[in-house]
Amino acid sequence: MSKLRMATVWLDGCSGCHMSFLDLDERLLLIAEKVDLVYSPLVDVKEFPLDVDLTLVEGAVSSEDDLHKIRMVRERTKTLVSLGDCAVTSNVPGMRNPFPLQAIYDRAYKENVTLDPQIPGEMVPPLLAKSRPVHEFVTVDVFIPGCPPSADTIFYALSELLEGRMPELSAKTRFGA
Amino acid sequence: MAKAANIKTLKIDGRDVSARQNETILEVARENGIFIPTLCTLKGLSNVGACRLCLVEVKGTARLQPACVTRVEEAMEVTTNSERLQGYRRAILELLFTERNHVCAVCVSNGHCELQSLAQKLEITHVHFAYRYPEAEVDASHERFIVDHNRCILCTRCVRVCEEIEGAHTWDVMGRGIDAKVITDLNEPWGSSQTCTGCGKCVHVCPTGALSEKGKSVAEMLKRRQFLPYLTQMREEDRS
Repeated sequence: MSKLRMATVWLDGCSGCHMSFLDLDERLLLIAEKVDLVYSPLVDVKEFPLDVDLTLVEGAVSSEDDLHKIRMVRERTKTLVSLGDCAVTSNVPGMRNPFPLQAIYDRAYKENVTLDPQIPGEMVPPLLAKSRPVHEFVTVDVFIPGCPPSADTIFYALSELLEGRMPELSAKTRFGA
Repeated sequence: MAKAANIKTLKIDGRDVSARQNETILEVARENGIFIPTLCTLKGLSNVGACRLCLVEVKGTARLQPACVTRVEEAMEVTTNSERLQGYRRAILELLFTERNHVCAVCVSNGHCELQSLAQKLEITHVHFAYRYPEAEVDASHERFIVDHNRCILCTRCVRVCEEIEGAHTWDVMGRGIDAKVITDLNEPWGSSQTCTGCGKCVHVCPTGALSEKGKSVAEMLKRRQFLPYLTQMREEDRS
């Protein structure tokens, strides 16, 4: 039986959802029997591949780079999963949203900097005006709220998805869980 | 007149139930273990029908009725859980999440919040509407309490408990529609309020993290509301 091609993506989040995924511990071996992890911050593949069956997205869409990535990921993925509150609600990254973008840049790169304060124009992707949930940009198939979703919740969701079923997540997790 | 004449019989979700004549649909439903979601109603306070979560269908009228302020009538047929109502309830909750900045993960009431737990109960895993991300104040001028307007759902429990139970009427609502907000005195900082007695009842009836005690961190704000029905009862006994 050919293995399912799985990927994980890290947008504007703290990596806590990926840490929670790693907290599956020995259950990762059960998952590994059924999937090839073809792209992830946890592996060394540089390009997001074609024909991915299942992608977990951590983080909100906050920069032009995030937006570019999530559109490409959506095109190349069969089932897209918003993993965690940042992807689902924009959560903590979204707390900058009530403020104008220039105020955010000034705060981060000028007000708190003593040596040559400047707003970076290269290497760092420009921020979008607001940090927003993934499903405001692309179609999302499964939502797993939680900050982070527990390892048990992620294991349940993955187990169901790998069996071709849609997980019933509202009983397992919630916003802020 | 014989007391038996004051009993009404009606159907809720196809079940035959009986009620005292001055009861509301919500009270009767709860007595019979029928779940109707609510956020603004609280036992011990007056009902205002603000949150609209308790809307039910009543046979013979096209308009939905708020169960918390609708009195039972003889032979009424009430439906509390149609697909249409479930859709409206989810939409109302989702709109509440978009209206202010409810960031559950960093809220003092995380895990003890009525908005959060109701969203879970109604199986909301994400919000279909675009978030507004308004700029909302946090007033920490009071010695012991904080009001965080980011997390307020305008249920007005604080307004009612302050007026009806404490008798201070420090809280009120200012503005209309999307600009409405709860205020202390004449929209002055809570800390300089001349009327606030510092009793803290408003904090404990607040369903979300909008009102909290100072010094509480994420998920630490537990609300105690069991006092309320007793206070109301004592006052009623005093009057009679």
